[in-house]
Amino acid sequence: MDFLFITQQTLSATIGVNTIIFALAAIGLNMHFGYTGLLNFGQAGFLAIGAYSVAVPVISFGIPLWIAFLIGIFNSIIFALLLGIPTLRLRADYLAIVTIAAAEIVRQIARSATFNEFLGGSDGITGKFGKDFFALNPFKSGLDTPILRFNANDLWVVITGWTLVAVITFVMWIMVNSPWGRLMRAIREDEDAVRSLGKNVYLYKMQSLIIGGVIGSTGGFVYALSRQSVQPDNYGTALTFFAYTVLILGGAARVFSPIVGAMIFWFLIVFIEQILRQGVTNDLIPDWLIGVNQVGQIRFMLMGLGLMALMIFRPQGIFGDKKELALDAKA
Amino acid sequence: MQKPKSADANFALTTSPTPGSAKSDPILIADKITRQFGGLTAVNVDHLEIQRGSITALIGPNGAGKTTFFNLLTGYDSPNSGTWSFNGKNLNGIPPHKVARLGMVRTFQLTKALYRLTVIENMALGARNQKGESVLRSVFPWIWRAQEAEIRARATEILRNFKLLEKQDDFAAALSGGQRKLLEMARALMVEPEMIMLDEPMAGVNPALKQSLLEHIKELRTEGKTVLFVEHDMDMVHEISDWVIVMAQGEVIAEGTPASVMGNEQVIAAYLGAHHNEDLSANLEGA
Ligand SMILES: Nc1ncnc2c1ncn2[C@@H]1O[C@H](COP(=O)(O)OP(=O)(O)OP(=O)(O)O)[C@@H](O)[C@H]1O
Ligand SMILES: [Mg+2]
Repeated sequence: MDFLFITQQTLSATIGVNTIIFALAAIGLNMHFGYTGLLNFGQAGFLAIGAYSVAVPVISFGIPLWIAFLIGIFNSIIFALLLGIPTLRLRADYLAIVTIAAAEIVRQIARSATFNEFLGGSDGITGKFGKDFFALNPFKSGLDTPILRFNANDLWVVITGWTLVAVITFVMWIMVNSPWGRLMRAIREDEDAVRSLGKNVYLYKMQSLIIGGVIGSTGGFVYALSRQSVQPDNYGTALTFFAYTVLILGGAARVFSPIVGAMIFWFLIVFIEQILRQGVTNDLIPDWLIGVNQVGQIRFMLMGLGLMALMIFRPQGIFGDKKELALDAKA
Repeated sequence: MQKPKSADANFALTTSPTPGSAKSDPILIADKITRQFGGLTAVNVDHLEIQRGSITALIGPNGAGKTTFFNLLTGYDSPNSGTWSFNGKNLNGIPPHKVARLGMVRTFQLTKALYRLTVIENMALGARNQKGESVLRSVFPWIWRAQEAEIRARATEILRNFKLLEKQDDFAAALSGGQRKLLEMARALMVEPEMIMLDEPMAGVNPALKQSLLEHIKELRTEGKTVLFVEHDMDMVHEISDWVIVMAQGEVIAEGTPASVMGNEQVIAAYLGAHHNEDLSANLEGA
């Protein structure tokens, strides 16, 4: 077994591009679910909108990338309004149903033949829409150390991506510790009580939906730019549920939990995969048990087992407070 | 027993003790309000006025429609028919948060403490016009810090009165049932309402604390506030209310001073008809 290689792969993934994408998706969900109690099961839709919004305007209309970012933010605000206006006055479950459906609608529209010309159908969009971004890359070569390895483009994405995560987390930390954040947490506990104190709950839930959605769509920006391509099927329900996994791993309603959750998530996935792969190729794991082609599935099975263990032994997540979780039972 | 200090101190003496009677200075007027749940008419109030600056009790057997009536008045439920106004402003179709902003704040029979907020956070939430509750200004703490300090100071004062100060940093979920009732009432006061509507404020509160709570409620009247409360505890009704309204099967069947209402045969019959509670009837007859 090449432990140095395993370490390098695992550590690079732990702070890598995917971790950033999932952290951003989960930060948005933390706003929705952790702080406001909104069940948004369509976070993938926000990421898809972010991703397509940077690719399509640049490729099809020659719009500068910086304006495409603004278009992406604008589009995700519109998407949040479309989801929120009909559902936020209703019971919590309606938002859950509508968001899960809406995210699928986004994906189906993106991959439909009708809009093939702009959205690329099921193949998605591949092209150099990120060239304005990579033109700013000061690194001529990548990073190649025994424990971390990124090519030049990925290094640039990782550095800008973590900067984005840091700025968003900092602003979020201020907001959730303000009276505004208190109001959000109060809505999570009991909307009717908050209404009786003269607060317009609907307006605040809409703000939460928009803010969390926009943060999610910035995850879509990173997703699209890092790959220089957008594939509709990457934005399915699995993405949303992985983002929830990340959030719950870290512990909901804690500012740092999406970051740590995403790091643990990708650490485990890549670590398990590398161990299995090396085990199989070095004949430490017999062929009849796991074949090379099964490694991809089996890592998710083991991941699932690990998550179950976490929920049993530490249901509050890494940062959560067990006492606080117990209060959830509405004594 | 302390004499009422309402705007019109004689209102209890000069008002006719008949259901739906006119008050000299009504703050709340309800007209022909009905609410049906399927075939059941839960509320059917023909006319009702609440005197400004008074403490009015709303009593009646279980299922009489008191809570439903509260829900209708505060916008949590909509009536099948009827109109009502607060301070002369029509409240039909006004959502709960706007009702509260107009100065009519209610509490809930099933307590709604915000469990995973601390006691002091529950309190601070009640304050009006908070700069830090605006999404944009929340990002700049120096804009709202001073106001937040004032709010907390006021919250601390009220918590001290309600004997909850030692609990201020505990989660509301860690309070006992009675303490949650107290917290909810204290939080409603943070809104600085003109009229406060309490749905069974004394349920589960121990006798010693009950006494001091009664004093706080009387104090509200001294400050010129109007109190409307639902209560099954007849001692409390008798001790602090200027006026009592009795509901049974959705209708107002009697109103008047505590003494006159509790001697009313119709009222006793309504209670006995609803459930044979010896204690209660003894209470009523003793009055
Ligand atoms: N949401 C609802 N759906 C159907 N029926 C209801 C609903 N809410 C209340 N009711 C019915 O309306 C009637 C009045 O109920 P309400 O809660 O107003 O009584 P109450 O006077 O507050 O009683 P209590 O003193 O026990 O609190 C009851 O018969 C109740 O069953
Ligand atoms: Mg009731």
